[in-house]
Amino acid sequence: MPRKPIELPQIEYLSILDEDGVVDKELEPKISNDDLKCLYRYMLLARRTDERMLMMQRQGRLGTFPQSSGHEAISMGSVIHLKKSDWHVPAYRELAGLLYRGWSIDSTLLYWNGYEEGARPPEGVNDLPVCVPIASQLLHAAGIGMGMNIRDEKGVVMTYFGDGASSEGDTHEAMNFAAVYQAPVVFMCLNNQYAISVPLSKQMRNETIAQRAIAYGMPGIRVDGNDVLAVYVATKEAVERARKGEGPTLIEGLTYRFTPHTTADDPKRYRSEEECKLWTKREPLHRFKKYLLDKGVYKEAELTALEEELDALIKAAIARMEQASTSEELMNPLAMFDYLYADMPPYLNEQREELRAHLEKTKNAGKSPQHASAK
Amino acid sequence: MALMNMAKSINLALFEAMERDEKVIVMGEDVGPDEGVFRITEGLHAKFGDKRVLDTPLAESGIVGTAIGLAIYGIKPVCEIQFSGFDYYSFHQLECHASRFRNRTRGRLSVPLVMRAPYGGGIRALEHHSESREAIYAHTPGLKVVIPSGPRNARALLHSAIQDPDPVIYYEPKAIYRLFKEEVPDKMETLPIGQSQIVKEGKDITLISYGASLRATMEAAEMLEDEDGVKAEVIDLLTIAPLDATLIIESIKKTGRAVIVHEGPRTCGLGAEVVARVNEAALLYLEAPIKRVTGFDTPIPYFSKERFYLPDPERVLSACRETLSF
Repeated sequence: MPRKPIELPQIEYLSILDEDGVVDKELEPKISNDDLKCLYRYMLLARRTDERMLMMQRQGRLGTFPQSSGHEAISMGSVIHLKKSDWHVPAYRELAGLLYRGWSIDSTLLYWNGYEEGARPPEGVNDLPVCVPIASQLLHAAGIGMGMNIRDEKGVVMTYFGDGASSEGDTHEAMNFAAVYQAPVVFMCLNNQYAISVPLSKQMRNETIAQRAIAYGMPGIRVDGNDVLAVYVATKEAVERARKGEGPTLIEGLTYRFTPHTTADDPKRYRSEEECKLWTKREPLHRFKKYLLDKGVYKEAELTALEEELDALIKAAIARMEQASTSEELMNPLAMFDYLYADMPPYLNEQREELRAHLEKTKNAGKSPQHASAK
Repeated sequence: MALMNMAKSINLALFEAMERDEKVIVMGEDVGPDEGVFRITEGLHAKFGDKRVLDTPLAESGIVGTAIGLAIYGIKPVCEIQFSGFDYYSFHQLECHASRFRNRTRGRLSVPLVMRAPYGGGIRALEHHSESREAIYAHTPGLKVVIPSGPRNARALLHSAIQDPDPVIYYEPKAIYRLFKEEVPDKMETLPIGQSQIVKEGKDITLISYGASLRATMEAAEMLEDEDGVKAEVIDLLTIAPLDATLIIESIKKTGRAVIVHEGPRTCGLGAEVVARVNEAALLYLEAPIKRVTGFDTPIPYFSKERFYLPDPERVLSACRETLSF
């Protein structure tokens, strides 16, 4: 029998909490009220921060940034399974997870406002900073996972990428390395269906991104990426496998970027408002809130209080960031030289001195450096 | 003649090239209906359709690697890499393949592709969106590297790049995409690749620059004239590889002093190459060491402090005065 079908694993789709907030009782995971509240708190904090950041950007108080709204379920539903000692390797729409891991709102604001200080990970967790280039962080995640195996240390690496990133060679290499070395990595795909303007149909011909897992020899699943319960369940299984030494997993969360790609993008150029409206209704927070209220985890009044509490946190962070960003420490341009190498080479020190002298001179002359194009 | 900015004149060149030669295609991320993140491919998809304006999957190595195949097959691909900060993925294809096919097949095969990418700082962009790494390409044998400095030469150089029989890196200083307008002739024109231009004549000092830094250089030249009565000659390189130093050397033989200005890092940057060429051909004409006003040997700071990194007229002016009083 030289010609017959080869048996391959099937790819599942998982959805537990539908867009109206109705839960599938058979699939509903047992999550403590504290954890449910934690999920909601950070999803909401990320959403409100993102909304405020958009206002600030429109007012000229923040630089260009990629909005994270709509991606909170994939981020929080997965990151909640990590211990502090595990590793979190984000792309750039995982604001909820970053806040949960201990990154301050201030640091997010600073980073997107053009301050390197915003990329310094907080102490006590193993996080890499936001990664703007596409897909390259996945290899770093695979490497960290390989390191755990080499040292016989237990841990998990959770890393994130988008549907556009799935086309980059690095994505292939990362998954293949992770599979070959059975590295404990969970690859979380935020499939929001658009790489800036390019829709999925022009990005790939495969039905799902999850099915690529079969090719690498790892488990793969597609979940409703707007359903935090589905993300929670799928990543819980993946993390348990990773902790047992059973290697990597690919999880594809199907979601939608109902915002522009970044604040410099105009999505009206490439997709219809009807489509956007349809998917905006499916966003993750609304349904989860309804679920929590129905379940009695929160009362309406508590949610109002939570909104107020988070609003105050965000406002305070903005005030701190705006004050810090004019401080001598953060505005010191000489810092550009100070972290490049462990030991500053002499020629670099000379350049530092050159800039210092120039600044001194222009300060005395009452002139500040100005580039023609920045006027 | 029509008055237009550089974004428009590059768009015009693409449009004209596609109209006159059906072998020319445009490919890249978001270059189709979205018309490019800087709108450089505006109107192209509507006019020429899917077969000649390709919205590619998100993969820079894929874009340039397939462009090599397309070029060998007889098509003329003009690739857009969305930001130069992401063209390192394609560098392997350029270094190991595009730049070498002619040489390693003893002239039997060639790769006439163009890779366009916006580069450089000054637009308050996010991390990895402001680099100036043109020297990497200038250091790669087999590649040509062209950098326009304004609407008219941008259009002419892009035509030359597309008509060139070898791979050309066409780096667009994005800070000046829409900074100023210039008269652009109605009739299509080209500019020879490998030639620099004198943009201001003078006798006292030679200032050499290219791309967006030419603006700061010209401002400094005007300040020198107004404040010190010094007449600077300003040279716009336009092509940084293959670098033709003829004009520079002639000018320095006249002035005896020079300052080179670029925003890329100093070490092994274009300034270093210019100094070496001058030393080889005109050392004894020099009255002072040539000064380099450049980006520092660090990544360009995030945008809150990028202005301290980019050469500004004040830094150029200081360097000129030091050179003149040496």
